[in-house]
Amino acid sequence: MNKRVTFNAKLLPYVLLAPQIAVTLAFFIWPSGQALWQSVILEDAFGGNSRFVGFANFERLFANEGYWASVRITLFFSLMVASLGLGFSLLLATMADRIVRGATAYKALLVWPYAVAPAVAGVLFGFLFNPSVGIVAYFLKKGIGYEFNFVINGGQALFLVILAATWNQISYNFLFFLAGLQSVPRSLMEAAAIDGAGPLWRFWTITLPLLSPTGFFLLVVNIIYAFFGTFGVIDAMTKGGPARATEILVFKVYNDGFRGQDFGGSAAQSAILMAIVVALTVIQFRFIERRVQY
Amino acid sequence: MVENRPLLTFLSHFVVLLGVAIIAFPLWMTFVGSTHDQTTMLRAPLPLWPGEHMLENYRTVLFEGFGTGAARTPLYVSLVNSLIMALGVCVGKIAISIIAAYAVVYFRFPLRMFFFWLIFMTLMLPVEVRIVPTYQVVASLGMVDSYSGLIVPLIASATATFLFRQFFLSVPDELTEAARIDGAGPVRFFIDILLPMSRTSIAALFVIQFIYGWNQYLWPLLITTRESFYTVVMTLSRQVNTVDAAPSWNWIMAMAMLAMLPPVLVVVLMQRQFVKGLVDTEK
Repeated sequence: MNKRVTFNAKLLPYVLLAPQIAVTLAFFIWPSGQALWQSVILEDAFGGNSRFVGFANFERLFANEGYWASVRITLFFSLMVASLGLGFSLLLATMADRIVRGATAYKALLVWPYAVAPAVAGVLFGFLFNPSVGIVAYFLKKGIGYEFNFVINGGQALFLVILAATWNQISYNFLFFLAGLQSVPRSLMEAAAIDGAGPLWRFWTITLPLLSPTGFFLLVVNIIYAFFGTFGVIDAMTKGGPARATEILVFKVYNDGFRGQDFGGSAAQSAILMAIVVALTVIQFRFIERRVQY
Repeated sequence: MVENRPLLTFLSHFVVLLGVAIIAFPLWMTFVGSTHDQTTMLRAPLPLWPGEHMLENYRTVLFEGFGTGAARTPLYVSLVNSLIMALGVCVGKIAISIIAAYAVVYFRFPLRMFFFWLIFMTLMLPVEVRIVPTYQVVASLGMVDSYSGLIVPLIASATATFLFRQFFLSVPDELTEAARIDGAGPVRFFIDILLPMSRTSIAALFVIQFIYGWNQYLWPLLITTRESFYTVVMTLSRQVNTVDAAPSWNWIMAMAMLAMLPPVLVVVLMQRQFVKGLVDTEK
């Protein structure tokens, strides 16, 4: 993809690129290199001496049961956020796609959660489920006698951060599913209807296969979001607690690096997360090009 | 709709309305919470309908602040900080991306593809995975507790550069030829022809990046230590997590409303640009 007509200037293109490249080098490439470097050295607490230790930081990390617990929590968390979010928004989008009257109004009412910061979403859900005044916690207790206290119950805390993170991402999924649904050819649906296929059967045999590229794209985006975009939800609501029940990997990097001052361990975790995000991005790009269906 | 099925249409409306209700419920409770006084907000069950203390709560939060000691900063300070940060990130990103894309598309020069891939790599490295070293860079540059520290590290963006690159590639070559025949140099062509043509792309990016900048949380958390530089999202989270005998939910909810309002307004009022931005930046 190149232009046939270009301008001739020796210096100008470099001047135009300079700001972008400077910021990229200073705040992306250099720190990333530093993270990789710090993951293979051991620094004393005062930052005075450092020596090369090879993969010792990684070995220490992999021998740590707490790290594996965080890995399991992260996997469960992201699978739940992705599947709940995709399921709910697909249902909403399918129904909204059928609606002719008031479609724009519904859309406007469904897109705004995207604009809410994850940390604010965390505060909102923390308030709704607050054990002493939260309205949902109150009705759960009065209505069905269920004690909901995410401040002390780890499982409930994990459920709540999943709920808040899913809520925050709903509108994004909804918009992409709706766009996907609207690009399903009408003639195909009409032909199937004439042949006697009901709405459910049409959804199953036509809509769903045609939506699978969108679905797969959203799955990857949602997993990236759950891995890296949900720090705010967790920090504002549970701070990784209680007893590390909601400590996902990104939160652990922050906690170990800034609170625990364990730079080597934190850098090793950064290196692993970098590998994960690079892998996910590559998957995203490869499969979007190729498409899942057909 | 392919055929007329009243029952299914009714079901569709019902499900979507239910979805809207579930999604809007947290917002409604936040609004209701921001309109009552403190004593009401400490007694379960909380009211489900707005009270009469709305103006009073918002005035207190905005101009007096609450909490004790250093935590007592009027919220308008944080709101101004968030606005500066959001606009700075937004304008900075668009400005440096559009000229970088211009250089990559309209010029042939050594190392062109190398620079292109260098920018591309930033796509893969969110702040969250390189927290400690990025903080160290900013600290060593003396940018802690400053607007430039809040803004500059976030303005490099592969997505914006890509978006402009795609757009520039779709601009017909005849236009460039005509401009050159008329004696326009690269700078003139950019300012007089390319920039006005990019208006819709710029507007779409503006919406997405404004929300991105306003909602930043981890980054301001790391590099600000003084209340006068806190963003509104940060201030809110800090107030919720202060160990206080009686949390002032009425004020916290008023703060939450104010923290949500600007980005939500931008999305609702600029919905067309928002959807375009969302779809374009993900291509």
